[in-house]
Amino acid sequence: MSSLAARRRRDVIVLHAVLVPLALIWLFPIWLMFVFASLPEQALYQPGVRLWPGTEFFANFNALEESTGFTRTIFNSVVVAVIYTALSILMTSMAGWALARYRFHGKAVVAGVVLGTMTLPYFVLVIPQFIMVARDFGLSNTWFALIVPPLFNALGVLFMRQTFIAMPNDLFDAARVEGVTEWQIFTRVAIPMARPTMAALAIILFLFSWNNYLWPLLIVTQPDMMTAPVALGSLIGLTRISWGGIMVGAVLLTLPMLVLFVILQRHFVSGIAAGAIK
Amino acid sequence: MTRTRISYLFLAPFLLVFAMFWIWPIISAFRMSLFNTRTNPWVFAPEMNWGRLLVDPAFLNALKNTFIIMIVQVPIMVSLAIVLAVLLNSPLLRARGLLRFAFFAPVVVSEVAYAAVFRLMFNADFGAVNRILDIVGLPMVQWFSNPTAAMSVIIMAVTWRWVGYNAIIILSGLQSIPQDVYEAATIDRVSKVRQFFYITLPLLRPVIVFSIVLSIIGSLQLFVEPFLITNRGGPGGATETLGLFIYRQGFAVFNFGYASAVAYTLAMIAVVLSLLNLWLGRERT
Repeated sequence: MSSLAARRRRDVIVLHAVLVPLALIWLFPIWLMFVFASLPEQALYQPGVRLWPGTEFFANFNALEESTGFTRTIFNSVVVAVIYTALSILMTSMAGWALARYRFHGKAVVAGVVLGTMTLPYFVLVIPQFIMVARDFGLSNTWFALIVPPLFNALGVLFMRQTFIAMPNDLFDAARVEGVTEWQIFTRVAIPMARPTMAALAIILFLFSWNNYLWPLLIVTQPDMMTAPVALGSLIGLTRISWGGIMVGAVLLTLPMLVLFVILQRHFVSGIAAGAIK
Repeated sequence: MTRTRISYLFLAPFLLVFAMFWIWPIISAFRMSLFNTRTNPWVFAPEMNWGRLLVDPAFLNALKNTFIIMIVQVPIMVSLAIVLAVLLNSPLLRARGLLRFAFFAPVVVSEVAYAAVFRLMFNADFGAVNRILDIVGLPMVQWFSNPTAAMSVIIMAVTWRWVGYNAIIILSGLQSIPQDVYEAATIDRVSKVRQFFYITLPLLRPVIVFSIVLSIIGSLQLFVEPFLITNRGGPGGATETLGLFIYRQGFAVFNFGYASAVAYTLAMIAVVLSLLNLWLGRERT
């Protein structure tokens, strides 16, 4: 028995000897972001590696705010992400519901085409999307352009469809006998039961929109309509702003998502495990 | 109302956005690839853009770089993700939440934010990586002016950000393997290592294939990393990827037709590689 206990102790030690250093390496870039967001610029050029945050966070923030109006871009990002998430959840649940619960003409075609888009690289769409939205419609620098074109999300539909398929039939049939409309069955019976899935999907959608870079980069040219990633990206590689300011921007982009992640880790993980979005 | 009508009413908002911002652009991109778009009006000249693909050294360079990144990065990351998932799933693990957080957190970090941090960390003169190399007595590396080094920064960055994502997918697969399989193997004195190779890996096959397909599609579309970390595919195009090349052709040179031909090539590669993986990873009964 004692040899078994010894082997177990050895396993525990080996396991942590591998994982803990690796975990520290993985946390290092995020930690460094916080450290340099709060150090004065001169600290970069002094020898050695600074591992502890300083006190200059607000000075760096002011430098960032002066050069980009970063607060405004964070506000834009929040507005876009909230509306995007709400619309996308509504659209994908409705579509998922139809594909899960009804038999209708063309169902196989719709399901097949939606599924087929999943391996399609976004770069195939981006040029015509840009020409249509920016040139033909003249909608650059609008909320519509920021929110609507990225709405389509095949995996969200599949995710919702799976959830609705798993629900027992009797419930909906009972409601139908009572003469309730299909829309009411969807909103009053199905949606409340789908809440955990919708929470997981909402988090992933919000994250996608919050971090989205290429499309807003193309469609926004005015500084006051920029989302935060676009504004921050435009500073990287320039010399007119300090690294401290850029790192403050990185922290402001990252911290809210890290906090959400810690609070809602279970939903995040189930959302990703279902492959909701990459 | 008929079932079909009700169904399409539910599908309407989704299909509307889909038709307008997906189907139409997909058709439109193909049409554009057949035209000379640098004249006004556009002139039908199918051989122009598609013919140029075969002889354009800049395109072939981007294609080569994309494939190098994919061939090196995907196997490293997926293997690491499998190992991490198995270790993080161990019942012997202490501080499980904290250790999982370390690997999963990069998934939620914005691409732009992490690009900024990596650019700072790998700065040749004052970046933390060279400082640490110096302290432990290793030679410092010119990360952004040496082509191989710049490529490895991209690979490290992408691995850092996405390994946790893949570990989550694989972990969910691990948790669906019934525990009694392992208990029986342990009673039969099968070692942990052999259990991993003969039980865990075969049962995980579908999840691993899924993760490989996602990673391949992701690596084919790399854009932010070479755009922001290595400063527009530097040094001298050494880290230029297909994504960056399409961006340049589309939005810097405004050669929409050529950019669309490259985008279609990228899409065809993605579809072929995905199908190949699904075929190789199919259940053999």
